[in-house]
Amino acid sequence: MTATATSRLSGLPDSASDLRTFLHGLPGVDKVGVEARAAALGTRSVKTTAKAQAIDLAIRMVDLTTLEGADTPGKVRALSAKALRPDPSDPTCPPVAAVCVYPAMVPFAAEVLAGSGVHLASVATAFPSGQAPLDVKLADTRDAVAAGADEIDMVISRGAFLAGDYGKVFDEIVAVKEACGSAHLKVILETGELATYDNVRRASWLAMLAGADFIKTSTGKVPVAATLPVTLIMLEAVRDFRERHGRQVGVKPAGGIRTTKDAIKYLVMINETVGDDWLDPDWFRFGASSLLNDLLMQRTKLTTGHYAGPDYFTLD
Amino acid sequence: MPESSVRLSVRKTYKLYVGGKFPRSESGRTYLVDGDNVSLASRKDARDAVVAARAAQPKWAGATAYNRGQVLYRVAEMLEARRAEFKALGVKGSEVDAAVDRWVWYAGWSDKIAQVAGGANPVAGPFFNISAPEPTGVVAVVAPPSLIGLVSVIAPAVVTGNTVVVVAGNPQAAVTLAEVFATSDVPGGVVNVLTGHAAEIAPWLASHDDVNAIDLSGVDDGDLATELERAAAGTLKRVLRPSSAPDWTADPGVGPMTALLETKTVWHPKGF
Repeated sequence: MTATATSRLSGLPDSASDLRTFLHGLPGVDKVGVEARAAALGTRSVKTTAKAQAIDLAIRMVDLTTLEGADTPGKVRALSAKALRPDPSDPTCPPVAAVCVYPAMVPFAAEVLAGSGVHLASVATAFPSGQAPLDVKLADTRDAVAAGADEIDMVISRGAFLAGDYGKVFDEIVAVKEACGSAHLKVILETGELATYDNVRRASWLAMLAGADFIKTSTGKVPVAATLPVTLIMLEAVRDFRERHGRQVGVKPAGGIRTTKDAIKYLVMINETVGDDWLDPDWFRFGASSLLNDLLMQRTKLTTGHYAGPDYFTLD
Repeated sequence: MPESSVRLSVRKTYKLYVGGKFPRSESGRTYLVDGDNVSLASRKDARDAVVAARAAQPKWAGATAYNRGQVLYRVAEMLEARRAEFKALGVKGSEVDAAVDRWVWYAGWSDKIAQVAGGANPVAGPFFNISAPEPTGVVAVVAPPSLIGLVSVIAPAVVTGNTVVVVAGNPQAAVTLAEVFATSDVPGGVVNVLTGHAAEIAPWLASHDDVNAIDLSGVDDGDLATELERAAAGTLKRVLRPSSAPDWTADPGVGPMTALLETKTVWHPKGF
């Protein structure tokens, strides 16, 4: 490990094998317990004014995402316009937190979002597989930042992580963090490929120790994306990390969250696990595309008193 | 088994039919109808039914007319086979006959209605001008209590490619008919049946942005019908409200089908 890398491990012994010892010394996850806890928190009923507040908060937490090979400048501009005014017919509807696009699409989103307060996130580091040499990943990151992205969503090398090469993953995150400059770094763990909850906990700690500003569940490109139990483990990790190191790290579940009901389950879980400090778009995000329309439909239902239909909202 | 033991009867709970499944009401409520336990649908069940109907609509409308006709004919076969069940519910044999006949009659229209409701239009120019009927979309139906009435409001809507959310007038007969759909080849979501109070559920369907038409044939209360018409106006829904109590045994004609069709007209240059 590099000197910069080890200095971040304040309070920890400074070698790759010690990192390994630390990560494997983390308590194991009780699989049945965490799933039962997540399921129990998902049964809360949130209604009327509390629901209205939850919906507005969830809208403010959305990273409105388009990560398709078929993305065009026009689509990205339209999506960015939607991010600013999700419901053009209702000026009280808040804007979303950020727009999330591929690096090549950053300039087009930046045109629309400049000065608006809506953040511009770009995936980088050979998203979604992360299987590229480090200098390519760093160039990818620097280009995205130069083009106007103020948040970078990087992927960890799952291959290296699963092979037990934690030092390599750590060093990559540190290097990407440096390449980000002032941009926020979100580290995608791709929990669907990590196989066990223990690995999710280890990867969360690894990313936070290496300097992540946010830890994010998934790319949305593998069959298993964000789930409640995985997010619960990550929330516990950021809580424990702040207790130990005094630094707050955000959490972003991404992929597979499509309904208002799902989103509210996550909000309940934040409230019950890490508390108010994370109930804020600066510390919790939803990586989603279709979720926003469902939130808007539910919001319209609450404001108009009748059920809304998808025909009244833009597709992208 | 001891001589004295008495067999406990297995009593049926009449549940909703939504998206091809038979769920209980999300509200958990039930009510008694003639001694039978029946799920009491809430507005959220209506919402779920609309979601199911909307999801099923494109594929059902996209099926060939011939295929829809075959599926509906299969419904008639299954209906015929459940004659005894309807009789046990107090439906007369002659009414079951009429319902089966009515269903077959509508099934036959699937690949013929386009010729009657559409066609080539003469225009002043070198163009083919063709009008073709297309289904309106998701149709909410407040159904009358009789079996023949129920069949006469569902069949004309679905035969052309609409999907329906039915608020049952007679819960047991409607759920038994739903069991007929579930055992035919009707895709889940094409017909959805809610049992409960029309006055509670229908206003939510009438004002729902994602419902394209509402049939008020089964609404007896004039004030409720007016209220529903007014709610439906908010989204410019098609509203079917018979001016007088319909005679379900009479020949319906093509009116009930064309009322739930939109006309698409295309111009195509002849070129020579």
